[in-house]
Amino acid sequence: MYVAVKGGETAIAHSLDLLADKRRGDRAIAELSLEQIDQQLGLAVDRVMTEGSCYDRSLAALAIKQARGDLIEAIFLLRAYRTTLPRFGDSLPLDTSAMVAERRISSTFKDVPGGQVLGPTYDYTHRLLDFSLAAAGDRPAAPTAPADTNRSLPRVGDILEREGMLEPPPRDGASEDLTRRPLTLPASRPVRLQNLARGDEGFLLALGYSTQRGYGNNHPFVGEIRYGHVPVGFVPEELGFAIEIAEIDVTECDMVNQFAGSHDVPPQFTRGYGLAFGHSERKAMSMALVDRALRAEELSESATSPAQDEEFVLAHSDNVEASGFVQHLKLPHYVDFQSELVVVRALRAEVEARRRQAVLDQAAE
Amino acid sequence: MSLSSSADAPALARRQRWLSVLAKAPAARLAALWDGLGSVPAYALLRRPETGLVMVKGRLSGSGAPFCAGEMTATRAAVRLESGEVGIGYVGGRSACHAEIAAAIDALGQRSDWRDRLEAQIVAPLEAEADARRRAIAARAAATKVDFFTVAREANS
Repeated sequence: MYVAVKGGETAIAHSLDLLADKRRGDRAIAELSLEQIDQQLGLAVDRVMTEGSCYDRSLAALAIKQARGDLIEAIFLLRAYRTTLPRFGDSLPLDTSAMVAERRISSTFKDVPGGQVLGPTYDYTHRLLDFSLAAAGDRPAAPTAPADTNRSLPRVGDILEREGMLEPPPRDGASEDLTRRPLTLPASRPVRLQNLARGDEGFLLALGYSTQRGYGNNHPFVGEIRYGHVPVGFVPEELGFAIEIAEIDVTECDMVNQFAGSHDVPPQFTRGYGLAFGHSERKAMSMALVDRALRAEELSESATSPAQDEEFVLAHSDNVEASGFVQHLKLPHYVDFQSELVVVRALRAEVEARRRQAVLDQAAE
Repeated sequence: MSLSSSADAPALARRQRWLSVLAKAPAARLAALWDGLGSVPAYALLRRPETGLVMVKGRLSGSGAPFCAGEMTATRAAVRLESGEVGIGYVGGRSACHAEIAAAIDALGQRSDWRDRLEAQIVAPLEAEADARRRAIAARAAATKVDFFTVAREANS
């Protein structure tokens, strides 16, 4: 139990001042602008929007600046801010086949319609530090090639699905909203995906990795990863018809996994799905691996590993909750601890008394 | 769907297209084009610009049942012209000015004396710019298109 304490107001105020001072750092160094964070630390912005579960680049940039680059703290700040805003409603479901893709790869099919487009990726870098970046300088613009912008980009999964090789995703199901109704178990797949979409990248990465190493392996292949810009459709209540209110960047991962069949369904590959704001490939892939692992029971697999344990995964994926509960240990627990001290002292006294009595009894014999 | 009777279909399609183009335009660019119009009819704010959230939905595997992917910020406003037309603006992000201008253009677009001018000076240019941005993105991506060759071993080697 946590018992509140009073006092320390001046110390706390001064601590906040010191924090602000440290945040600014050496005044001789130029201060970061939100635009600089958005443009030059864009992947940090993407992660904060994804796990903060709120798409707004400048808010995420502000949170990163305020948190001095501590992304989990920034995610917390963004989550706290969103609670102050009213909800206008739900968007129409995103149509990722209408994406203006900057990147689109498939690791299962070499000749996908629309082609393999690498886009901006670290995959083929040598991971050698580039010391030329230590100095400011003009960077050349990226090369271009002729492109057809009028074509929509068919999803690899849809093509395989038409052949019957890949299980179709369930089409119906009311999508509940975790921000409106707390998690109950067992959770529906849409609720699991919402939980994973907000979940900590590191936690999901480790769980996804554990499935690859044998703790619930289901033989994953990347059916497709795509990243780019998609319009968001919304039906304002005053209008009664749909308009597009924005274009947002998302990353999507369709993971193709080990096949299963039954009396009714001939063998076909199964799927896991990941979707994240911005360019967040590691997150989308980890999410897809864990989504598939959590389907163990549905697919009659033995669920023996942590990544297949719905309660374990969904209850520990949120880094705002996790960080709050771990870090609350730093707050004063003086009363708590005092009561435990009393108990331990009493126990020790009792043990000591019993020992003495035993010595006396022995001497008397 | 009060506005979707078949007689209104072309008007509805135009409003739908305009509101989408206005919402997706960069706020600063829209404001510059709006200022470029010079004097415009006065309007009253029916709903002052208000920022809130829209829950963005995704679909299982891209095509299945919907799920909540995460929220985004959005701002809305509503205006009424002295001549009575009501305009609605809904835009992604937190720019009050963006939502208000979108609503004002939506209202003015319902007047035949303004429609063509707004189309020519604001909506068509914004649409062309959005198309150019899309082309630039696609052209840069196209330069990174690859062909992977699978190297198969010959049977007797």
